[in-house]
Amino acid sequence: MDKYKNIKESFLNNFKDFENSLNGESKSDFHKIRKQAFNNFYELDFPDRKNEEWRYTNISPLLQQSFSIPNNNIKLDATDLPNHILKGIDAYVMIFVNGKFSAEHSHLENIQKGIKIRCLADCIKNNDKDLLQHFGKYADCKNNIFTSLSTAFTTDGAFITVDDNCVIEKPIYLLFLTKAGNVNIQTQPRNLIVAGKNSQLKVIEHFSSTDNSTYFTNTITEIVAQENAVIDHVKLQEESINAFHIARMEVDQERSSNFTSHLISTGGKLSRNDLTSKFNGEGGEAMLNGLFLIEKDQLFDVHSFIDHAKPNCNSHEHYKGILDDDSHGVFNGKIMVRKDAQKTNAFQENNNILLSTNSLINTKPQLEIFADDVKCSHGATIGQLDNDAKFYLKSRGIGEEASKEILLHAFASDVVNHIKIDAVKNYAEEIITERINERKKES
Amino acid sequence: MSITEQKKIEEIANADYKYGFVTDIDAITLPKGLSEDIIIKISEIKNEPKFLLEWRLKAFRHWQTMVEPDWANIHYQKIDYQDISYYSAPKEKPKLNSLDEVDPKLRETFEKLGISIDEQKRLSNVAVDAVFDSVSVATSFKETLSDLGIIFCSFSDAVKNHPDLIKKYLGTVVPYTDNFFATLNSAVFSDGSFVYIPKGVRCPMELSTYFRINAANTGQFERTLIIADEGAYVSYLEGCTAPRRDENQLHAAVVELITLDNAEIKYSTVQNWYPGDKDGKGGIFNFVTKRGVARGINSKISWTQVETGSAITWKYPSCILQGDNSVGEFHSVALTNNYQQADTGTKMIHLGKNTSSTIISKGISAGKSNNSYRGLVKVTKKADNARNFSQCDSLLIGDKCGAHTFPYLDINNSSAQVEHEATTSKIGEDQIFYLNQRGISTDDAIGLIVNGYCKEVFKKLPMEFAVEAQKLLGISLEGSVG
Amino acid sequence: MLLEIKNLHAKVEGKEILKGINLNINEGEVHAIMGPNGSGKSTLAQVLAGREDYEITEGEVIYNGKNLLELSPEDRAREGIFLAFQYPVEIPGVSNTNLLKTAMNEIRKYRGQEALDAMEFLTLLKEKMKIVELDQSLINRSVNEGFSGGEKKKNEIFQMAVLEPQLSILDETDSGLDIDALRIVANGITKLKSDKNAIIVVTHYQRLLNYIIPDFVHVLYKGQIIKSGGKDLALELEDKGYDWLKVDKFQVTG
Repeated sequence: MDKYKNIKESFLNNFKDFENSLNGESKSDFHKIRKQAFNNFYELDFPDRKNEEWRYTNISPLLQQSFSIPNNNIKLDATDLPNHILKGIDAYVMIFVNGKFSAEHSHLENIQKGIKIRCLADCIKNNDKDLLQHFGKYADCKNNIFTSLSTAFTTDGAFITVDDNCVIEKPIYLLFLTKAGNVNIQTQPRNLIVAGKNSQLKVIEHFSSTDNSTYFTNTITEIVAQENAVIDHVKLQEESINAFHIARMEVDQERSSNFTSHLISTGGKLSRNDLTSKFNGEGGEAMLNGLFLIEKDQLFDVHSFIDHAKPNCNSHEHYKGILDDDSHGVFNGKIMVRKDAQKTNAFQENNNILLSTNSLINTKPQLEIFADDVKCSHGATIGQLDNDAKFYLKSRGIGEEASKEILLHAFASDVVNHIKIDAVKNYAEEIITERINERKKES
Repeated sequence: MSITEQKKIEEIANADYKYGFVTDIDAITLPKGLSEDIIIKISEIKNEPKFLLEWRLKAFRHWQTMVEPDWANIHYQKIDYQDISYYSAPKEKPKLNSLDEVDPKLRETFEKLGISIDEQKRLSNVAVDAVFDSVSVATSFKETLSDLGIIFCSFSDAVKNHPDLIKKYLGTVVPYTDNFFATLNSAVFSDGSFVYIPKGVRCPMELSTYFRINAANTGQFERTLIIADEGAYVSYLEGCTAPRRDENQLHAAVVELITLDNAEIKYSTVQNWYPGDKDGKGGIFNFVTKRGVARGINSKISWTQVETGSAITWKYPSCILQGDNSVGEFHSVALTNNYQQADTGTKMIHLGKNTSSTIISKGISAGKSNNSYRGLVKVTKKADNARNFSQCDSLLIGDKCGAHTFPYLDINNSSAQVEHEATTSKIGEDQIFYLNQRGISTDDAIGLIVNGYCKEVFKKLPMEFAVEAQKLLGISLEGSVG
Repeated sequence: MLLEIKNLHAKVEGKEILKGINLNINEGEVHAIMGPNGSGKSTLAQVLAGREDYEITEGEVIYNGKNLLELSPEDRAREGIFLAFQYPVEIPGVSNTNLLKTAMNEIRKYRGQEALDAMEFLTLLKEKMKIVELDQSLINRSVNEGFSGGEKKKNEIFQMAVLEPQLSILDETDSGLDIDALRIVANGITKLKSDKNAIIVVTHYQRLLNYIIPDFVHVLYKGQIIKSGGKDLALELEDKGYDWLKVDKFQVTG
């Protein structure tokens, strides 16, 4: 742990500065949670590769950096938002700049009855009871150094609550735009979503950057789906090529709830996404899909955990990766079927395409099953584009490169096609096309 | 789960271990404990050359710096390595010239085990080497084999008679620094089997070793080394049993296989060490390191294992595919019942070009047991056109057991094609009822289904072993399963 | 008498499905049991075969002078009862041949007969396959795995042919079959009929009974046989449906 003393000290200094900036708020109940989390952070060691959960992901490039708390006075240029905001989406829009909510750029007018969309900063200031009831209850700090860090520095994010029986028509779009301007900043966006009984909700989280700065995003989203709630979640991760992105999403699913997640990522320098979905009641459904397209020396790591704690739940997970250059991908998908979780159906699939000689994929689909009346399967493939298919296309007069493009597109689109919000689906398609075209230009 | 099924499963739990007898034989046993002195003593008893003693001591010193691994999905009371005797041998009779001179009591034991050495020798085309506690007691068919230039003898004999081969190959696949248990074995191994198949020779018969632990409070640490020279072929069988005892006994073996250009080794195991009683008391701790290196081009190593015994099984027979076009295979059936725990699988390391590997693993969990598949497929940067196919299926019998799969796929070459599939299923009540309705008892119904499920692996075993393996599954699930 | 069912009551998950069935069957007879969905037809078939999910709360079943309800499912089979399943079960890894060989020899052992040797057994299989025009490839495949609906039903009748039961219970063997498959299956069954055995045909439709002429037709409704008659009753049911019976069900006894 001494090895990483410097970064810990720098976080300690940041925390002191942060406390000083709080003025009156430092005595609040919420700040007690932060303080405890910071102590926890300080006690814990950063994971190294001896830790099974971090076996393939070396975080020392992150730990060699130091990061500062972002300056509050950053101004966006006129082109910043139009360049990064998701086009053509009809949604309630929350814009966060360097982790801080910007009311000026957001659109939260004419909000449907039955939903509250608030920024966390306001709720913290007001000592909001709902917030204190749910915050940190799902993403536990204990034994997780990054969660502890996030909790310690929590200042802002989205807090969304939906009343029972409310079907929210418009999606909620959260854009986390980082404008670091070559300063190593840290942001800790923190979201909390509570969907009441029989409610329905769509949420999009979008991470983007105005430049190629080095910075550190450490984000957590906690989601509660109460009985029979339906939640559709999409995350678009387009961080700077030099960014560090550590993310955790914890989903608590009550009886008969339905949760769908799509993660579309072009990574950062080093990204790690932890997703956990836990069935607390019978009859739940979860779908976790993802696509990552990485290149250069990017490292992308996704760890998912589906906890079948109750009987009669179904889960489907499908992740795909396209890896180019010297990039390194990690997929670790764990499915746990606990003792009483009879009649579980759990299916998992991970497919990867390596486009270059130096790309590397580590995949570990993992089944742990303690109930006997279950149907579970997982599969993983690593390979190249289907030669037969390529030949078929060529025989129809389509050139080598064009055939490749068509097939890559088909491979990637498979995941994207399940996204229900058209504007998001189209955007995801654009990301794929852009990546494939970029590749063409290089070669 | 219906009540009868439940009952059946409880019955399984009560099924007896058939091989649990103890043979009352005069033995030399070294005092408990591990030290350089004990190692020197073992080496002395065995009259070993100096290089081997030094190798043992190096291993021992290294072992002292190591920590027992804890990453496997198994739980057991810490082993007290000072409370084990590291050497036990039947008291030496005058030198044996043929099998007929083997201690009649020992022969009786082997007969009880269903390996009448005489019978085997006469009727079947299997050459047998039997290892009793730590020493090899008999090797049959020696002359027939030596005419072909094949060496098949106890490890000790090989040390005596072929020290150059031992020196050249020992520890080249599993170095003495490899892992906690292999290093311990390197320090204290007492005997085992040695096979050398010379260039261009196809061994005309199956070679076989039976291992038995008899003495109490001893560990068994045998070591097997098999070399198939260019163009050679051998099929090797290994079987194991142990008496029932209330305390756990340690078995930490090492097997090294080497194939040179165009050579092939088929290694089959039927492991039936005492699994402990229905409450999980006693049983063998089986911590085994098995690894083959397909060193030559076009060479092939295939492991087939049927694991039904041991309280704990920790083993990952692996292939290092070094030669271009080399092939590795792993076919496994692992059955756990009562409180047994198995964490087993394989590693396929692709180094050469155009290498291919296949993994077929069938886990069966019953009673309160836990059965884990753990496997690694690694394709290194230079291993162009590597192919792997893995299939790992789990079958659950009863609702108190667990099945786990931990496949690791590390792929660092874009021309690789790797596929992994896994399924978990259970024996359905409706399947059992269907078979009942055709006049088949629940025991037999489960037997039919389980054997059907394992068919792919049994196919890979030599005939006699396949029959034995099927019977063994039957016994292990008896009454039980139906 | 071959089978005598007296006042049989059966429950599943606390719900009474059979509410006092009375039925007598002699050797050489074909009985059809008809009735609307949920009347208890399949339950009766399963109870006779010994499925444990059902709790017998009252009544008795005498088969060949023995108390059938005391026997395990496999012993009932060995005594000569055969159930052609409505939904034949798939058993991966176990071939049809293997299943039949094991079953055959278990039954022979129970009856104190010698096991058949491999040649005799194969000859028998070949002969019986013709009865239902079963494709050779199906007998080497895993039991019912990947079979079409028609193949599964044919396979049931093929097994019946091999095992030569004394009492066969065909549980909706005709459902889901196209007209050609129905003809093959029905002809197969007809060939297996003799004056030594008896057949219970559980069905929804009269169609099958054009091929297999029943001696008796029983109407099962809400767990009771509310009307019995000759083969003409089946035609009448086809014509009029079941509703006319429901009205005056109290006038009839089983």
